[in-house]
Amino acid sequence: MPDSNIILSVKSLKVHFKVKDAKGWPWTPAKTLKAVDGVSFDLRAGETLGVVGESGCGKSTLARGVLNLIHPTEGEVVWLGQRMDSKDAVAWQHARKDMQMIFQDPLASLNPRMTIGQIIAEPLRVHYPELSMTQVMEKVRAVMKEVGLTEQQINRYPHEFSGGQCQRIGIARALILEPKLIICDEPVSALDVSIQAQIVNLLKDLQKRKGLALIFIAHDLAVVKHISDRILVMYLGKEMELAEKHALYDKPSHPYTRALLSAIPIPDPQLEKHKVIQLLQGDLPSPINPPSGCVFRTRCPQAASVCAEKLPDLKVVTEDTQSSCLFS
Amino acid sequence: MSTNQPLLQVNQLGVQFKTNDGLVYAVNGLNFELGRGETLGIVGESGSGKSQTVLAMMGLLAKNGTATGEVLYKGQNLLNMSTHEINKIRGDRVSMIFQDPMTSLNPYLTVERQMTEVLELHKNMTRKAAKMRAIELLEAVKIPEAARRISMYPHEFSGGMRQRVMIAMALLCEPEVLVADEPTTALDVTVQAQILALLRDLQRDFGTAIIMITHDLGVVAGICDKVMVMYGGRMMEYAKSDDLFYRPTHPYTIGLLGALPRLDSDAAELVSIPGNPPNMNNLPKGCPFSERCTHVMPHCASDLPPLVEIPGGEGRWRACHKAIADIQVNVAGEVQHA
Repeated sequence: MPDSNIILSVKSLKVHFKVKDAKGWPWTPAKTLKAVDGVSFDLRAGETLGVVGESGCGKSTLARGVLNLIHPTEGEVVWLGQRMDSKDAVAWQHARKDMQMIFQDPLASLNPRMTIGQIIAEPLRVHYPELSMTQVMEKVRAVMKEVGLTEQQINRYPHEFSGGQCQRIGIARALILEPKLIICDEPVSALDVSIQAQIVNLLKDLQKRKGLALIFIAHDLAVVKHISDRILVMYLGKEMELAEKHALYDKPSHPYTRALLSAIPIPDPQLEKHKVIQLLQGDLPSPINPPSGCVFRTRCPQAASVCAEKLPDLKVVTEDTQSSCLFS
Repeated sequence: MSTNQPLLQVNQLGVQFKTNDGLVYAVNGLNFELGRGETLGIVGESGSGKSQTVLAMMGLLAKNGTATGEVLYKGQNLLNMSTHEINKIRGDRVSMIFQDPMTSLNPYLTVERQMTEVLELHKNMTRKAAKMRAIELLEAVKIPEAARRISMYPHEFSGGMRQRVMIAMALLCEPEVLVADEPTTALDVTVQAQILALLRDLQRDFGTAIIMITHDLGVVAGICDKVMVMYGGRMMEYAKSDDLFYRPTHPYTIGLLGALPRLDSDAAELVSIPGNPPNMNNLPKGCPFSERCTHVMPHCASDLPPLVEIPGGEGRWRACHKAIADIQVNVAGEVQHA
């Protein structure tokens, strides 16, 4: 369905890495690790897409692949109607003015030798070198106020701030270019609950005021539910389910989504002590040597022999839900 | 629920660290007790003193730390024992699971060597008998092919498997108290669910009492009988887990519950707690939470609220100047919102 609101469209994006087998001979050919293997989604202006999955499922690689921070192996990235995957570095730099990123570890993503003012101003000085110092600083102050930092903090260094404040600085740095899309890679997982709530509220509020589109990566499904419009569930580099959030939480269509949802502890003793958890057996298989057919079949409670043979594609189940399970 | 004599009784436990900036009071005036087969949850934000509390109990504080008060295990004070005496208890009667399964196993030793060492030391078992027992426990924590995998090194196990090894190792001597310091924080939710189910089963089968440190209130709800909420090194509230979740009386507990995004609700906005966690070097003279509290009164920052038992509250304690009735008027509204 053609939709004029779509600002980002990703079609069967693949990011593969060559890795040397540690136990092999030096001349053993490198194996392929399929970190992201054929992920597609559309993102509309002002929408939030949540991306969830366990560690190692390719969430962060997907984000980096979309921004071309890692060059994708295959697939299309269409940004504002233009195919970007064949473009050179200059074109990408230009495009990234509108696509910013917030990282997981708030302190590690800030240069310890720069002041907060310098850190937040840096994107402006790269993309708008013609602005004068006064204009830059004016913008920095405005954006600091917007994310809840005070003007007096402009000359301080990152180590003087707590985790939550560092994340605010990261958000200010992403906001200063007035982007259309911000990719948040686990922005709250390093923070305490009370601070996490502050940052989530801030992001929601900014999105409402500025009409930002967000891609929100997290492993905490409760946080993702809170902030997202649609949610993409990944497992071992593949898309398991892509659904509107209420559809996903009320009627999860893929067995992996069901297992993931039932595993989340509910902060309510009566509900939590009496709920039925669908325990998954075993561990995540190695992405170097994924199972044939459906990658989830080795841990799936519903797996049948056909799952090993057929590679399921994402298909439309209901209006709001797409799932890659053969049985949904 | 407490029987005649609690297994573990903690009186006025305090922990101080000597630092370049002077004495830091990491934990102050903690009182709690743990009966046989009970589970106590300790929740709080990072830096609230949760881990230091249990490290002090186990005699594992860093060199610049000292513990004051009493930790009575069956009437014996663990804090003034010699290393020789406490070594007979810790690892044997009281054992601990650490937060990070990646770094708390010795990378140079096989799992077998690490596990049999415990039994040889505490139970005077032969290496062979110890190995049999170790395999039994690895099977109990559901490690597939335990007999083969026991001779592997820690790096050959995944994160969830390593945490199982840690749990098996802590259970080797069938301890009466198991202290779990954020045992699932480093793990994915599906693995976390496996580990929690395992702990519940083990508690049922062995009757172990568990102290569970976590910052995840969902984990507490699933496994704990009683909960202690800490902030800035002090106990804010101590209650049965149902009471704490359904009828919180301390502003900080209420704040924590409100700040939690939940799967089963559609609240438009999370009720966040304003401000930042306190700097332990520079705590307010009064209530440590006073700077962020929505119910703050003028004298909160200067007078420390005493920890008092709520009359008729079935062993419920809280430290707040504000009367419960004044807060609960607001609680009803906030809880409905959350």
